[in-house]
Amino acid sequence: MTVSSSTLAPAPARDGEDPARMRRRPFPRPGNSSIAIGATILGTITLIALAAPWLGLADPYDSNLAIRHVPPVWDSVGSWQHPLGTDHLGRDYLSRLVYGARISLLVGMVVTVMAGCIGTTLGVLAGYFGGRIEAAIDFVITVRLAMPLVLIALAVVNVVGSSLEIVILVLGLLLWERFAVVARSTTQQIRSQEYVAAARAVGCSTPRIILLEILPNIYGPLIVVATLEIAHAILLEAALSFLGLGVPAPLPSWGLMIAEGKDVMYFSPWVITIPGAALFVLILSINLLGDGLRDLNAIEGRN
Amino acid sequence: MLEFLLRRVVLALAVAFAVSIIAFSLLRLSGDLAQELAGANATALDVQLLREAYGLDRPLWAQYLQWAGQVLRGDLGRSVFFDEPVADLLAARLPVTMRLGAFALVLALVVAIPLGILAAMRPGTWVDRIALGTALVGQAMPTFWFALLLIVVFGVKLRWLPVSGNDSWRHFILPAVTLAYFAMPALMRLTRAGMLEVMSADYIRTARAKGLRPSSIILKHALRNAIIPVVSVAAVQLGFMLGGSIVVESIFALHGVGYLGWISVQRADFPVVQAIVLVLSLVFVMLTLLADLLNAKLDPRMRGSRR
Repeated sequence: MTVSSSTLAPAPARDGEDPARMRRRPFPRPGNSSIAIGATILGTITLIALAAPWLGLADPYDSNLAIRHVPPVWDSVGSWQHPLGTDHLGRDYLSRLVYGARISLLVGMVVTVMAGCIGTTLGVLAGYFGGRIEAAIDFVITVRLAMPLVLIALAVVNVVGSSLEIVILVLGLLLWERFAVVARSTTQQIRSQEYVAAARAVGCSTPRIILLEILPNIYGPLIVVATLEIAHAILLEAALSFLGLGVPAPLPSWGLMIAEGKDVMYFSPWVITIPGAALFVLILSINLLGDGLRDLNAIEGRN
Repeated sequence: MLEFLLRRVVLALAVAFAVSIIAFSLLRLSGDLAQELAGANATALDVQLLREAYGLDRPLWAQYLQWAGQVLRGDLGRSVFFDEPVADLLAARLPVTMRLGAFALVLALVVAIPLGILAAMRPGTWVDRIALGTALVGQAMPTFWFALLLIVVFGVKLRWLPVSGNDSWRHFILPAVTLAYFAMPALMRLTRAGMLEVMSADYIRTARAKGLRPSSIILKHALRNAIIPVVSVAAVQLGFMLGGSIVVESIFALHGVGYLGWISVQRADFPVVQAIVLVLSLVFVMLTLLADLLNAKLDPRMRGSRR
């Protein structure tokens, strides 16, 4: 697959194509605009989440059974007092939504950092040393891929007891395989480069070579993996919470909010559409950012 | 070829073995199963009795060896809740999950491949944008939320389709659509990328120069090569769908393996959970093996180069 992309680079190959195709050839790479859009949305969500305590919102845990299931402001009976309405315990939905963003972002970040450390370490070791170490690590990766992720996570969370920390820990220990695969293949590609050989010839120690020569040169693709894994972790946390074995109530996890609204979704669909749409927009922005970064990396890689 | 096959089968068994050890120890190390089984109101004596009844008081390795020995003899143990052999429970539910997975995969491929080809034929145009946009939306859509939206729209508002149970094939439509939309983006992007790459290859230029019809160039020459990576990803996706169907099955009350897994986790029915983890990992490994074999068939170059 990678072989053919380098063979199509020479100019003569392009002369044979019809002019209409030629004109279209440098078709707009979505790279930069998708980074801009993704980063803007993600940045806005992050800022709002960070500033949540100072936004003058209602207490996300303050329930009032007298005002259950108040519809959002765009509904005829809605009011600005609760712009997005209230949930089944009369808690302010907007406030829960904003505080829920904190949970999603926290899960995404911490899980990705944990998984990134595990996966990158394994991948770099496999790619750098090759041979038996690589075979062993390959086996570990295959085992991890074969494990039914959701079921294992559910089972562990159920026995240990659900809490935000446990969910983060379990996902962090499970979501490293893409980092490992990418770190391994990129390390393999650069392990025989001159600068690595030079470092070895000067007598640099192996840890030094890995930390100072290998890692700085593979972090581009790893950043791309990291953005996509943040999205993956956020989606999984939401799914686990939705199934009732993730972040426990009364924490305002978006997945949990959807689960809590499920019973009344026929009568007041906004109870599930609002947190679901928030989740969708957050994941979309992260994916846009990741896709854009990947395109940038691909362009750099070609030179 | 035979050696390659043999090697892969051994690897598959080794992976399943490793997964079984992990699943086994995770369930036992992460908490007190006997306490979990007995519930919150149980006395210490109840817990102790349960612990002895299920052999949970013995050392971990002894428990594992006993379980593994039983599994090798085809005995997956007895469900704590149903008081039935786990093998029977699985045999009744595996076909449901398989049908769902197959249905969803076919649906995903039927959409992904033509869309990917169309997008690659006209890169940068509105066709391409629609294809990429659909993929982007699909990747960002939380599966469980999409499932609920489908239920509200097609099951409740329009009343077109049943939303719960698995009595007829119509019950499978919404769950399959949900899973298919989850699998489609990766397959579509891969088809598109493969076609883009292949279409600028020399042999396509030759085929064009020969004056072959575009449809024959695309389908016979280009697609055959572009589809190779799609095959392996499709197999992996099917594996993920079988594992990920836990969410979808629980929402649509589709009584497959995923649903069984979900309720068994909640009931601490650990013989069932263990067996499902084992079976799903075996299926996954077998699917990747199948993909490799299919690839070897599609692409003769890969037969020799495999380690």
